Amino acid sequence: MRAIAKYLYGRPGFYLALLLLPPLLWLGTVYLGSLLALLLQSFYAIDEFTARIVPKITLETYRQLVSHPANVDIVLRTLGMAAAVTITAAVIAFPIANYMARYASPRMKALFYVGVMLPMWTSYLVKVYAWRLVLAKQGILSWFLDQFGLMPALDAALQTPVVGGPSLASSYLGMFIVFVYMWLPFMILPLTAALERVPQSLLQASADLGARPGQTFRNVVLPLALPGLAAGSVFTFSLTLGDYIIPSVVGAPGYFIGMMVYQQQGTAGNLPLAAAFSVVPIILIAIYLSLAKRLGAFDAL
Amino acid sequence: MTPAIELAGVSRTFGAVHALDNVSLAIAPGEFFALLGPSGSGKTTCLRQIAGFDHPTQGKILLDGDNVTDIPPFERSVNTVFQDYALFPHMSVAENVAYGPKVRGVAEPERKRLALEALELVRLVAFAERAPAQLSGGQKQRVALARALINRPKVLLLDEPLGALDLRLREEMQIELKSIQQQVGITFVYVTHDQGEALSMADRIAVFRDGRMEQLDSPRDLYERPRTAFVARFVGSANVVEGELARRITGAARSFAIRAEAIEVFPAGAPAPAGALTCEGVLEDLHYHGATSRWHVRMDDGPILAAVRPEGSADVKASRGDRIRLAWSRENIVPLADA
Amino acid sequence: MRSRKPRDWNAASLGQKLAAFAGLAFLHLPVWVIVLYAFTTEDRTYQFPPPGLTLHWFSVAFAREDIWAALRMSLSVASVATAMAILLGTLAAFALAQSRVRGREAITLLFVLPIALPGIITGIALLSAFKFADIQPGFWTIVTGHATFCIVIVHNNVIARLRRLPQSWIEASMDLGADGFQTFRYVLLPQIATALLAGGMLAFALSFDEIIVTLFTAGHEKTLPIWFFNELFRPRERPITNVVAVTVVLITMVPILLAYWLTRPGEFESK
Repeated sequence: MRAIAKYLYGRPGFYLALLLLPPLLWLGTVYLGSLLALLLQSFYAIDEFTARIVPKITLETYRQLVSHPANVDIVLRTLGMAAAVTITAAVIAFPIANYMARYASPRMKALFYVGVMLPMWTSYLVKVYAWRLVLAKQGILSWFLDQFGLMPALDAALQTPVVGGPSLASSYLGMFIVFVYMWLPFMILPLTAALERVPQSLLQASADLGARPGQTFRNVVLPLALPGLAAGSVFTFSLTLGDYIIPSVVGAPGYFIGMMVYQQQGTAGNLPLAAAFSVVPIILIAIYLSLAKRLGAFDAL
Repeated sequence: MTPAIELAGVSRTFGAVHALDNVSLAIAPGEFFALLGPSGSGKTTCLRQIAGFDHPTQGKILLDGDNVTDIPPFERSVNTVFQDYALFPHMSVAENVAYGPKVRGVAEPERKRLALEALELVRLVAFAERAPAQLSGGQKQRVALARALINRPKVLLLDEPLGALDLRLREEMQIELKSIQQQVGITFVYVTHDQGEALSMADRIAVFRDGRMEQLDSPRDLYERPRTAFVARFVGSANVVEGELARRITGAARSFAIRAEAIEVFPAGAPAPAGALTCEGVLEDLHYHGATSRWHVRMDDGPILAAVRPEGSADVKASRGDRIRLAWSRENIVPLADA
Repeated sequence: MRSRKPRDWNAASLGQKLAAFAGLAFLHLPVWVIVLYAFTTEDRTYQFPPPGLTLHWFSVAFAREDIWAALRMSLSVASVATAMAILLGTLAAFALAQSRVRGREAITLLFVLPIALPGIITGIALLSAFKFADIQPGFWTIVTGHATFCIVIVHNNVIARLRRLPQSWIEASMDLGADGFQTFRYVLLPQIATALLAGGMLAFALSFDEIIVTLFTAGHEKTLPIWFFNELFRPRERPITNVVAVTVVLITMVPILLAYWLTRPGEFESK
């Protein structure tokens, strides 16, 4: 043992390689290798007559992806949903994060922390299922709205074109609510961490110099919270782009990128098209990350 | 006699930075040796080479005559007291102290006995079962000392060990460290940036600056015979007189150091003692320090000289803005090597 | 001149408080709904409020062999994936905690990618790779998928703890005569143990509950989430689904709470 320890001590590079090799080999081959396989797959195409994959490099599948208006619709619909969910999650998360970071007593803070952590880690599928119960036609939400005589408001909302539908459980509105719910903790936690780093004295200084609370928020709090907001939005954005369970369990007939990927590789058996579709969120997330980076969103992280 | 430690032409570079530049020194067995310098001067890098946490890019390190340059720290008979104490928080005081014997395979009852013996030395036997978090800074310091001494190393390294303590405790610990060193008879290598600490404790001091050893001498020689302006200022807070002013006072261009206590103060134009060197300027500041007071006098061509006089014996009553004559005897000046 | 009320900097306004608590309530509402519905006597619709409460469905679910099989499957997948993640994630954390690693940024990116990219991409990518390599999906393909993101969780937990350990502890240990293995055994392991355990717990919970990647890599195998997913689309047995939902929540909650307890702020104070 001692001899091995001495041998390794004298060769730090070798020791480091020993540590790094197994995990790197795993992620390098299994994960990166799979990503490459995915990319390669997306450059294959399916023979329309035999429905078999032709292992020849071609741009045919991508051409299909961009030339069908329906496919472009799917990308735009997913992107729109991701943007709406991200913004809404940020708006709801802010007061919670602000309260946790600034006002809560240590006990209250711990309570809030667990309170955010537990739903976040509660089974994903169970939460989706629970929302189906809540949003169903005779479900909990309807019952509560009925108690307060608010049914007409719900009906009006459901009759709105595009977002509406026969019930909340089968409308974009319902899907949007579930998405926001699902990813909200991913916004709250980084935002709280960022706000905790803003010293109280900065706010007092701002107020002392004559800024009204609104001005302090705009000019001091918001810029300093930006890294947390950016980190959180990467999660909400990326998670919405890739999800295919929520749109298939709660939602309207329109397709989303994730559903398309799942369906094309499964029932449709068109793995190349599924692969090409899954490259879209990778590109969108890369663009989003570089934009956020250029805006300096990660400088303080 | 074989030196306890010998550094032969040791250099350590980090990229383009020369943290240690060709340092050679030999430390005698049983010596209390201090490495003194401002932060970034290379003294801690030097200590880390001896401990084995870091390895020289060039040169050799000998421990008791054996070349240990490439030997890992766990095979060197050298132990360290860390600046942040580095006590393991998940072990009790006794377990911390017994850690050395434990990893060397000493059985439980024996290492317990050794630990209590070491704690005895630092008068902390009563705290053996406490957790390090329950100790005060000074107590942690003494536990770290007991832990480092339990292996009976040939050399004990101390990295600014008193840096985190307040002044009174620091002075107590200086005395205690010195007496423990005499008791155990182990060579101590002591890193500090506090020249008072180095002067009062060490047998010899190596002064570091920018990775080089500037001067190695006994405290008295270092204080009274600094060889460079840097040592004169850093160790003795002496006045360094250079260039035109030096020529005007001594008649030669060579710069020299003069300690503030050696300067006497007179009213302008007053006759100075025979044979004394003199100069005149305007009193800019007068600081009262209790037993002494410190005079800052600006020479006519710019530089400020400081004089320290015993309070009450002041040869002159003066206030800010008055013209003052400074005088000192020729044998008190120390000619300096560098320009 | 405007008169301004003196502002108490340690108290939130009522509006702020309300918004915070309303948000928290929103997060908890569906979890309680599930608990309530597990006891409902109504077995055809999602009628609210439930017409009556019963424990009957628990015994029905308990007798179902297919549920037990799926549960066993999920537990074994999670155990194996967690074990692999603990080994590989810890190795990676120890390597990347050192500052002198060349290309550390690229490697670190590789170590966040599996959770930064949507799960569906991991899923379809693994599926393409299995197709290329002609691997039949089954237990080990599920484990492969899960291990990939579980490694990241363990790595993140352990490296966060390692970064907070002073370098001087390692040096002190070596200085006192401990070699690398002894230093790991006596100093590092006790210090990272809770972080390692917490990472393992989280990885286990994540794996136990995973559906998005699993649907791509499972082939004909059924984990509990896959069983559940199928029930969502042909809800013939709503009451049993409700009972399983509560059970799943309880099973995942235990490791999550333990992980929180192990890494709660203040649990680890150096010196």
